[in-house]
Amino acid sequence: MKARKKRLLFVVLGIAGVGAAAAMALSALRSNIAYFFSPSQVMAKEAPADHVFRLGGLVESGTLQRQPDGLTLTFLVTDNAEKVKVSYTGILPDLFSEGRGVVTKGKLGPDGVFYAEEVLAKHDEEYMPPEVAATLKPHADAAAALEAAQTPVGAAQVTAQ
Amino acid sequence: MIPEIGHFALILALALALVQAVFPLAGSFTGSRTWMDMARPLAWGQFTFTLLAFAALTQAFLTDDFSVVYVATNSNSLMPQIYKVSAVWGAHEGSLLLWAMLLAAWGAAVAAFSRNLPLAVIARVLSVQGMIAIGFLLFMLLTSNPFARIFPVPAEGRDLNPLLQDFGLAIHPPMLYMGYVGFSVAFAFAIAALIGGRLDAAWARWSRPWTTVAWIFLTIGIALGSWWAYYELGWGGWWFWDPVENASLMPWLVGTALIHSLAVTEKRGAFKSWTVLLAISAFSLSLLGTFLVRSGVLTSVHAFATDPTRGTFILIFLCVVIGGSLALYAWRAPSVSTGGGFDLVSRESFLLANNLLLTLFAALVLFGTLAPLIYEAMAWGKISVGFPWFNKMFLAVMPFLALFMGIGHMARWKRDEPARLARQLWVAFALSLAVTALAFLPGISVGHATVPLGLGLAAWLILSHLTGLYDRLRHKRGLRGALADLVGNSRSYYGMLLAHLGVAVLIVGITMVSHFGIEKDVRMSPGSSQEVAGFRFQFEGAKSVNGPNYRAWRGRFLVYKGERQIATLEPEKRSYLTGGMPMTEAAILPGLTRDLYVSLGEPVDNKGDWALRLYYKPYVRWIWLGAIFMGLGGLLALSDRRYRTQRTRAADAVAAAAAGTARA
Repeated sequence: MKARKKRLLFVVLGIAGVGAAAAMALSALRSNIAYFFSPSQVMAKEAPADHVFRLGGLVESGTLQRQPDGLTLTFLVTDNAEKVKVSYTGILPDLFSEGRGVVTKGKLGPDGVFYAEEVLAKHDEEYMPPEVAATLKPHADAAAALEAAQTPVGAAQVTAQ
Repeated sequence: MIPEIGHFALILALALALVQAVFPLAGSFTGSRTWMDMARPLAWGQFTFTLLAFAALTQAFLTDDFSVVYVATNSNSLMPQIYKVSAVWGAHEGSLLLWAMLLAAWGAAVAAFSRNLPLAVIARVLSVQGMIAIGFLLFMLLTSNPFARIFPVPAEGRDLNPLLQDFGLAIHPPMLYMGYVGFSVAFAFAIAALIGGRLDAAWARWSRPWTTVAWIFLTIGIALGSWWAYYELGWGGWWFWDPVENASLMPWLVGTALIHSLAVTEKRGAFKSWTVLLAISAFSLSLLGTFLVRSGVLTSVHAFATDPTRGTFILIFLCVVIGGSLALYAWRAPSVSTGGGFDLVSRESFLLANNLLLTLFAALVLFGTLAPLIYEAMAWGKISVGFPWFNKMFLAVMPFLALFMGIGHMARWKRDEPARLARQLWVAFALSLAVTALAFLPGISVGHATVPLGLGLAAWLILSHLTGLYDRLRHKRGLRGALADLVGNSRSYYGMLLAHLGVAVLIVGITMVSHFGIEKDVRMSPGSSQEVAGFRFQFEGAKSVNGPNYRAWRGRFLVYKGERQIATLEPEKRSYLTGGMPMTEAAILPGLTRDLYVSLGEPVDNKGDWALRLYYKPYVRWIWLGAIFMGLGGLLALSDRRYRTQRTRAADAVAAAAAGTARA
């Protein structure tokens, strides 16, 4: 009888523990996930204005500009249909470059500029972040842009601190 | 010609694996000695042929045979020789070959160093290994043949990803894979025991040293990966909760639970079913890791371009392995006796708590890693789970683990008196509370409760283990008795002690670098200086230099502490000739209590100004030092007298396998 009670206690404790952990994991998840949006979705005001999200697409060629402070950069991210201006202060990852795929994480400012706190650029010869590949609009330039994104490399990631 | 021999060797290895999977197992049921005796030579044969294939691919790299697609895409005639060798496992096909080769090496090691095991057990274990090998060899031959040729032959190769042209990469994947694949032995022993219906202390004793060896490799492999990312990626991060990092952490967590649960099964006969389940999970998670890396389903720093058939293949393989072993478990495990009972306060209870916490955290990491897939499948949108979530989960679970770790090693098997434990540990507990309180003082604390928590837990681990050590040595006869204890009878105890101290060291490292690290992105002109954490970095400008297969900007920094110059740091920004890809090579001044870290960003203007990173990383080395302690602790435990016969053999096996890798 005693052994049985003990086992019951273990089982109850176990279930309670797992339940508590699951509750904690899910509630914490809600405030820590970042949804992905394409430039078209941002322009259509589908993206949240007050919450961190991820914006991805191709870095439009010829739009990378360094601001006078020397550390802030701006560039346009496009899905070949719409464009969103992105501002980032810090050092870009090695593999970031114009014409390639990029995923940025940050908040949309009231001025319509996306203020990125994290820029993620990574490619091996054929790799495109799956979200980006899925949102690219079929467009005459798309094939060319994809082509441009296919250069042999690995990956890097940068977090602005 | 040689690549064809390699390809042929792989096919032969597959044929041998097929025979190995069927006949020894069948023989173990029919009682046919001949069939069971086939297991060992077959395992050796499989190792020979996979090694031959591996050598053939290495040869193709060393001779710049660009008619082989894999070589042409991952090598270059200008590349230094050492990276031509490490390039063999630098991409998908070759790393699979390394996987298969190491799997066969472990199989051969089991065949060679388990002479004292019953023949039927060995036959079953090697058959299970054969089944795993079939999966991997088929995968390679059907979807990712490393020996495929290309015509016309390119004059020059495309070069290896510059990030991977590094010493860290040369050793990180083989170590990690040794760990992943090593769990296949624990898995094979568990499945063999389930098939045979005999789960007993003997089974636990046989699989324990193998599991420990695999765990050591995985520990060191993960630490190497973290260290490599820290100095090579140029942004000073040592852990990012990236899906692929998680994929290596999950088997480690479950593997850690497994080695503790095996201890209980061996010593007390308890937790048998649980141990089997952990062995199955550890290897399944290793496979899942391979799937995540190779299928490209998740956005990850490590993701590679993939062809969908590959992902499908691994997914099917994963389902067969996990589904099959769990079905076997459900069928066989209920008949397993439950073994020794124990009280609520006993070492078993504390080990159980530790097991549950480790698996709980592994489950949370698994959930966080797969959440984006779940959301996508449910059409809830495309999400990513940020590292704050993982940090939160870590902080919610792991402190309890550290708390129990400090008590468990003191508790007695089967039953202990809470009063006795309290009497023994109150001093250590009070002192660690004092450390915690001290860390709340302004000037030490940065206003985060996690600093006192981390330092308090580290103190608790160290003090409680020292208390345990003192208590143990008090009963030995003087210094001589103590020394005899250390070198002789109880190495596994000292291994445990060292590994647990490693955890304390790791906690200190994580706490310090997370809260007191300083990271500054700045713009600097030649001649100007910046102050970080009391160190003055004077930028002397950057000049162009030439490397063997790259051109680089090399910056020059003089680092001063007060008026005294303590170092010159020269970070580089490389541009590889083949791809023209930039690549940051950080310059680091390492130290036991702090690292100083400089990396070049981009030139800002034409006047020599640069955007730069200046980092101050206190105690960051302790993170890897902790992992080294854990690995050494594992080695010490492995050398315990109990395993002496198995120990020499297992160690030889590992040395032989490692030598095989080095030679190939």
